Amino acid sequence: MTKDPAITPELVAQHGITPEEYENILKILGREPNYTELGIFSVMWSEHCSYKNTKPLLKQFPTRSKKILVGAGEENAGIIDIGDNLAIAFKMESHNHPSAVEPFQGAATGVGGIIRDIFTMGARPICAMNSLRFGNLSSPEVQRLFRGVVGGIAHYGNCFGIPTIAGEVCFDDSYEGNPLVNAFCLGVLRHEQIARGAAKGIGNPVFYVGPATGRDGLAGAAFASQDLTEASAEQQRGAVQVGDPFMEKLVMEACLELLAAKDAVAGIQDMGAAGLTCSTCETAARAGTGIEIELSKVPQRATGMTPYEIMLSESQERMLIIVNKGHEAEVQRIFDKWDLPWSEIGVVTDTGRMVVKNHGQVVANIPAAKIANDSPVYHRDSKEPAYMQGVRAYRVNSLSDTTSPAKDLEMLLQTPTIASKNWVYRQYDHMVRDGSVVCPGSDAAVVRIKGDSLPMLPDGAAESVPAGIEKFIALSVDGNGVYVYLDPYEGSKTVVAECARNLACSGATPLGSTDNLNFGNPHNPELFFQLKESVRGLAEACAAFNAPVTGGNVSLYNQNPMGAIDPTPTLALVGLIEKKEHITTQWFKDEGDVIILLGDAVDSADPNLGLGGSAYLMAKHDVKNGLPPRCDLKKEKAVQDLTLECIRSGWIKSAHDCSEGGLAVCLAESCFSKNVALNTPVFKGAKIDLSGVKSSRLDALLFGETQSRVVVSTSADHAEQVLAKAQASSVPATVIGKVTGCCKAATLDITTATASTLSWSIPALHSLWWNALAEIMD
Amino acid sequence: MNFSVLQFPGSNCDQDCVHVLKNVLGHNARLLWHKDTSLGDTDAVIVPGGFSYGDYLRTGAIARYSNIMAAVKQFADRGGLVLGICNGFQILCEAGLLPGALIRNKGISFRCEFVWLRTGNPDTPFTCKAPEGTLLRIPIAHGEGCYFADAETLKQMEENGQILWRYCDRHGNTTPESNPNGSLLNIAGICNAQKNVAGLMPHPERASEKILSGHDGRILLESMVQFLENRKRS
Repeated sequence: MTKDPAITPELVAQHGITPEEYENILKILGREPNYTELGIFSVMWSEHCSYKNTKPLLKQFPTRSKKILVGAGEENAGIIDIGDNLAIAFKMESHNHPSAVEPFQGAATGVGGIIRDIFTMGARPICAMNSLRFGNLSSPEVQRLFRGVVGGIAHYGNCFGIPTIAGEVCFDDSYEGNPLVNAFCLGVLRHEQIARGAAKGIGNPVFYVGPATGRDGLAGAAFASQDLTEASAEQQRGAVQVGDPFMEKLVMEACLELLAAKDAVAGIQDMGAAGLTCSTCETAARAGTGIEIELSKVPQRATGMTPYEIMLSESQERMLIIVNKGHEAEVQRIFDKWDLPWSEIGVVTDTGRMVVKNHGQVVANIPAAKIANDSPVYHRDSKEPAYMQGVRAYRVNSLSDTTSPAKDLEMLLQTPTIASKNWVYRQYDHMVRDGSVVCPGSDAAVVRIKGDSLPMLPDGAAESVPAGIEKFIALSVDGNGVYVYLDPYEGSKTVVAECARNLACSGATPLGSTDNLNFGNPHNPELFFQLKESVRGLAEACAAFNAPVTGGNVSLYNQNPMGAIDPTPTLALVGLIEKKEHITTQWFKDEGDVIILLGDAVDSADPNLGLGGSAYLMAKHDVKNGLPPRCDLKKEKAVQDLTLECIRSGWIKSAHDCSEGGLAVCLAESCFSKNVALNTPVFKGAKIDLSGVKSSRLDALLFGETQSRVVVSTSADHAEQVLAKAQASSVPATVIGKVTGCCKAATLDITTATASTLSWSIPALHSLWWNALAEIMD
Repeated sequence: MNFSVLQFPGSNCDQDCVHVLKNVLGHNARLLWHKDTSLGDTDAVIVPGGFSYGDYLRTGAIARYSNIMAAVKQFADRGGLVLGICNGFQILCEAGLLPGALIRNKGISFRCEFVWLRTGNPDTPFTCKAPEGTLLRIPIAHGEGCYFADAETLKQMEENGQILWRYCDRHGNTTPESNPNGSLLNIAGICNAQKNVAGLMPHPERASEKILSGHDGRILLESMVQFLENRKRS
C-alpha cells in the first residue's frame, strides 16, 4: 500500500479547508489529523454536505405545518401526511458540476441520488421531475450538454422504472459552461413505514449493501463546492460517478423488502455525497451513538484502494443499514434473493466516535456528532451588486412599441425556453407505474396514488389504508434566473407564486415545497447578496402559499470563467387535488366556451408594464434589464384561491397561468397544447377582444408578464357565476373572448384598441412551437 | 381467469399488469419470480416490460436463460397463451418463441408517447374482440423497438396472418410518419404461427383506464379473456 502523504498547509488548502477550519479540526481531535481524517473533514465540511455558508439564511424558511411528519433537515427527505394514513416523501437535489463535466453520467447519477434519498425514508418512489438550464442553444457545445443531460436522465429514470412526469428547461447565456441539473423525486408510504437514518442500538451490526466500492466519484461533494474552471473540469472527470439504474432498482426492491421484515432494520441511509463517510457519521450523530467499521470488509472492485479512497468514494447505488441484532439472517436472505452484494462491516458503539479500521489498524477516529453537526458556520458579507442601480433606472419606454405583433408571437413560440419541450419529455418514460393522469405539457403534472403504489407490508400485517384508495397529487417545478438576477427578492417571490399558480390551475392546494438554490461563489459579497435576498423572498412567498419547505439543496460556486450564473433558485411544489373531478388542464375544450382573464391584464403601477426581464424583451430586443414584474402575494393568493374555488364548483373547463411570453403565448398554448397521439394534436381556435383593455403599449398587453393572471374557460352557462365569484373575491375578471372552431381551420384572433385584428393559423403556430427544439437538435 | 405475470430483476411494468388484470378487469393475477421453475395453475402468461437484467448484453438476451422461461416455453408448446409487452416482446423473440428481433429505434432516442395501431388478423386470441382494421390508441415507451426480420419471414408472417398490429396514422394508414421507430412494415406486434404467443411494443396495460388518457388497451386484454372463456366452455 502506498504511504499516506504528510499533512502540510498545501495539502490542507488542496482539500478546500481554510487555516481557521484546520485550527478547529486540531481542537476537535486534540491532535493532527492523518490523511484519511483530513479527507473526511474536507467532504463533511464542504458546502454540499454542511451548508456552512447558508445555514443562517435557511432558517428563514417556513418548515412546519400540521401535516409535516418529518421536517426539513431531520432526515434525507421530508415527509407530509396526505390523509388516510398515507404520506409522501419528496426532495430536489442538484447535480450541476458533474453534469458540466460529463453530462450523461452527471445527470443520470443526479436522478439516482435523489431516488435513493426517497426510498431511504421507507417510501416507494412513484414519480420524478427535473429543472434544467443551459446556455444559448445555438452553440454546438450547449447542444451536446443538453442532449447528454436529457439522455442521462432518460437512461436512469426509464431503466429504473420511474415516470419522469414534469419539468422545466430554460436557455440563457449565463448558464454557458455551467448547466443546472436539479432532479426531484417523490415517493409514497404508510405513516408507520417511515424509516430513519439513525444508528440506533448499541451492539447492532452495520451492513453495507449494494455494489462494490471503486475509485469513481472520489470526493464529488468537495468538487461540487468549488468554482468550475476549464482545468478543474479536466482534472475532475474522475470525480463524476457512473450510475447503474438496474442496480438501483434491485437495491430499492431489496431495501423495501427488508424494511417490511418486522423489526429487522434499526436505521438506514444511502451513501450519496461523501459516501461511506457521510452515512456512517450522520447515522451515528442522529442517534447519539458511535460507529466502528472495518474497511477490509467493504466490497471493493479496485485493488489496492487506500482507506482514504474507500471512505471518500462516491460509487453509486450503495446503502448503509443498521440491523437489529438477531436479524442478520434476514439481510442475507433478501439480498441473496436479489443477487446483491452485502457485507457486515461494523457495529454501533456507545463511544460517540466514528472509528474506521483497516485490517484491524485504526485509520480514523473522530467524534461523530462534532463532524456532522459542528461544521463551521459563516456569515458572509453581502453588498448590493453594482448593476442593480442600472436595473432600477431602466425604463422600457426607451424602446419603441412593436409594429409587428404577429411576427413577435411566432418568434416567441419558437424561442427554446418557451417552445414545446416534447423533444425532451418524449425521451422520458412518463407513463410507467400506471399513475400518470396529466402528462407533461400542461401547467402541472398530476399523478395518481393507488394501493399498489405503496411499499410492501410485513407478512401477515393488516392493511392500514382504506381499500381501493386513490389520491391525486399535482406537481410543478419553476425557476426564473432572469427575474432573480434583476431583483433577487421580488424575483424569488415570483418564482414561488408562478409555481403555486400552476398547481392552482390544475386544481390542487399546496402541501409543501422543496427548493434548490443554484448560486455563485458566496465569498463574493455581490453574489452572496443575491443569495440572501432570494432566500428572503422565497421564504416569504412559501409562507404566503402555505407551502412549507421540507428540504432541498444548495449548490454554490456555479460559475464559469466568464462569471457567475444568473442566481437561480428553483422550487418544486407538491399539492393535493381533493377529488378526481377537480383535475384541470390548460387546453381549451369546447367551441362556444367563454374565455375569462382573472387578474389585471397589465399592471399599470409597473413602470415597465410587465416587460422588465420578460422573454419578449430578451428575444426581440436582446435586453436583460429593468425591474421584473412585481408579485403582490395577497393579490396572487386571491387569484389562486378564486381559480380553485371555481374549479371545485365545477365551472372551469380549462385554466392556464400567464407567465413567460405573456397573454398571447398563454392563449396560443391553450389553443394547441393537447396532443392525443403521435402527429395528432387537437386544435381549438379563440376569438379574443382586448379592445376594452387599457394599455399604453401593445407589446405590454400581448407579451408583458404582469403577475397574478390566469386564463380560464367555462361553458356559457357558468360564465356569470365565475364573474360574480370574482367580484365577491375582489379579483378583477374580464370576459375576453370565446373558444371557436376546431381542426385545421382553427385561428387565434385578437382585437386590440390600437392595432387591427391580429389573426394566426393555430396549426401553423403549433408547428413552430412543437418542432422548434427538434429542428435545432435533430 | 388466472394470469401469471413474470418478474425478472429489472422488470418494471410487472405491477402495472397485475393492477390492470386484477383491479380493472377483475381477474386473478400474480407475480412469478424468475427463479421459479413452474407456472402453477395458469391460464395465460404475461411477460411484462422493463429492463430485465438491465438490458445488459442485449435486450432480453439474459432473461431467456432464466428458470421460468423454460416453463413458459413448455406452456407455450402445449398451446398456452403468452403475451409479451415491450421488453417482454424482446424476451420472446430472444427465446425463439416469436420470429424476428427488435433493434435500436431508427431515431436512436427512447420514445414515449401514444401511437395509433391498426389491428390485423382478428382471428387470434389477442385480437378476437377487434374487427379487422380496428384502430387502437396505446402508448409506447422504448429505445429498442424497431422490428426486424428477413424478407422470407416477413412474407410468411403476412401470408399466415401473424402481423397483428401496425403503426398507423389516425385514419388507419400505415405511413412512414406514423412509424415511431423504423419497424419494417410498420410492425408493432406479431404472433407465432400457432397464434398462441404474441408480442407487441406498445403497452396495453397503460391504456386500460379512462383516467390514464385512454382505454383501448383493454380490447387486447379482454380478447385474451374472451378466447380463454370460449376455450374453457368448449
